[in-house]
Amino acid sequence: MNQCEIVIEKLPDGTLRLGLAGDWKLGSPLPATHGVYAELAQARQPQRVAFETSGLGEWDSGLLVFLARLFEQCRGAGVSVDQSGLPEGVQKLMNLAAPENQRSGVGQQAARPAFLVRVADATLHQVKGVQEMLAFIGEVTLAFSRMLVGKANFRRLDLIITIQETGAQALPIVSLISLLIGMILAFVAAIQLRLFGAQIYVANVVGIGMVRVMGAIMTGIIMSGRTGAAFAAQLGTMQVNEELDALETLGLSPVEFLVLPRMLALMLMMPLLSVYADLMGILGGMIVGVGMLHLGVVEYVNQSREALRLTDFLIGLFHSFVFGILVAVAGCLRGLQCERSASAVGGAATSAVVTGIVSIVVATAFITFSCQVLGI
Amino acid sequence: MNQRVLASPSAQEPIITVQGLELSYGSFVLLREVNFTIHRGDIFIIMGGSGSGKSTLLRHLFGLRPPARGQVFYGDLSYWEADPEQQERVKRRFGVLFQGGALWSSMTLAENIALPLEQYTALPAGEIRELVSYKLALVGLGGFEEYYPAQLSGGMRKRAGIARAMALDPDLLFFDEPSSGLDPVSARLLDDLIIDLSESLRTTVVVVSHELASIFAIGSNSIFLDPEAQAVTAAGDPGRILSETQDPKVINFLTRGEGVRERPGVPLPFRERSSK
Repeated sequence: MNQCEIVIEKLPDGTLRLGLAGDWKLGSPLPATHGVYAELAQARQPQRVAFETSGLGEWDSGLLVFLARLFEQCRGAGVSVDQSGLPEGVQKLMNLAAPENQRSGVGQQAARPAFLVRVADATLHQVKGVQEMLAFIGEVTLAFSRMLVGKANFRRLDLIITIQETGAQALPIVSLISLLIGMILAFVAAIQLRLFGAQIYVANVVGIGMVRVMGAIMTGIIMSGRTGAAFAAQLGTMQVNEELDALETLGLSPVEFLVLPRMLALMLMMPLLSVYADLMGILGGMIVGVGMLHLGVVEYVNQSREALRLTDFLIGLFHSFVFGILVAVAGCLRGLQCERSASAVGGAATSAVVTGIVSIVVATAFITFSCQVLGI
Repeated sequence: MNQRVLASPSAQEPIITVQGLELSYGSFVLLREVNFTIHRGDIFIIMGGSGSGKSTLLRHLFGLRPPARGQVFYGDLSYWEADPEQQERVKRRFGVLFQGGALWSSMTLAENIALPLEQYTALPAGEIRELVSYKLALVGLGGFEEYYPAQLSGGMRKRAGIARAMALDPDLLFFDEPSSGLDPVSARLLDDLIIDLSESLRTTVVVVSHELASIFAIGSNSIFLDPEAQAVTAAGDPGRILSETQDPKVINFLTRGEGVRERPGVPLPFRERSSK
């Protein structure tokens, strides 16, 4: 390969002639070109720039990029460019990329707005987000009331399939996680309670802890990651494929047709899963109690039964019902808000999980505090 | 439908009238003061380069996106000022084909096409099944009833989308780039189908297209959108536009940039090809 080089020649008629020689390819060391720019910047400018390329070997975009920058400098300095010395292929490609062949009016919106404008935009964006969420909740409520009078328009098959996907198919992961959570609770409690010889109260800690909140919270978080994200991705993809538009032109409301069965499925399945998680958690606690603390199985079960009140169980159910709504709203809302691109679908799924988990934790804090105040 | 019987074939009955429509994305205005009328039985083509707002204009027409300004009339009804019930009634006369087909991916082809029928007719299941098979056969997809959209090629999905758009025998069909992604023969068959629908049922068809062959073959009326001029720069029968217009952009669009020999004043955007 020949080393590429550039020869600057000043002709008496004010022409700056650039002799290009060797192979101009991307990745190969390019010659120092600042000399050319220095010539253009001089007080006594050349009148035009011409080229001499008899020694030019192979070339690719490496040459074109150099020429593009040079041409731009020339335009800025008001120096005319004579391309006739360049190979024909180079001339054609330079013409294609020339600014006059680009679509007009594109550069208008490139300017970055001022700081205050951006702050205002961001604020308005947030306000709009809240408005959209409220509007969505309103629409869902209306859809539910239509369903109660038997007028809602969705396919029963969709509901059944969604129930299967969100309920039955989630059992393995709910089993694993809640069993382990029960064991973890038991371990942590055992270390403290053993100091007082009160190992048997591990059953109380695990039982009340799981049934009152932990079962519901863990199920909620699992469902948020599993089902909330799936809802957002499904609806987002439908948005990208214009499937939602197709529904709307048919006069079918996406909220009724798509959101309602998903909401309903999650509201029905979440409490059931949460009860199942409670049982698995207690089983986990029992494994630790029997295996590590040498409690009897019957003893452990009896202690749990005595510790648990119906109120605890109902509070747990209430938690899970609320979480079901929150996860479904987060998933469906983010899916419907999705923009029309593949990356937006990923963003919608992520955002659904984040919104779901945050709202679960906030709701738990709120419910726990309310129970405290009400003394239940 | 009664209206069809009453309308005499020669009557120029306006179906869609667009008045003073402004097409914009946020504060970015693409077209101002768009006015045109689509008559019953027209095959109306919306032409323009990519990014000229053709698909968005179509969305304004079939009620999916409210225009920034201006009105769209169906007969005498101003769609965007009507109450939701009236809008719903108008919408039922539409069939829409989206660019990618937009079939519902969780349903089979048969279910896709049956859904509008189940929604808006009281037909028994057996008849719906027959209708679905017939509509699929119309677009050359007989036997594909139990396939899911993901199992089909892009062109097949598009044709299934056409079958779905025609499910309710609509008065008005909107096609967003129907022939893109189709092979030349299928594209030709689709053109024939559009002409047949318009001639035999007097269906009005609004097509967004930049397939020249198809535009000249089927178009009975058309408009050309020019976002740089922010306006509709040509309107009428595509063949007549080509022979009469002086706008270089329209001529270049309709001739693939070859220009018109008798009108040498028009600058070509491309160099002339040497004939081989």
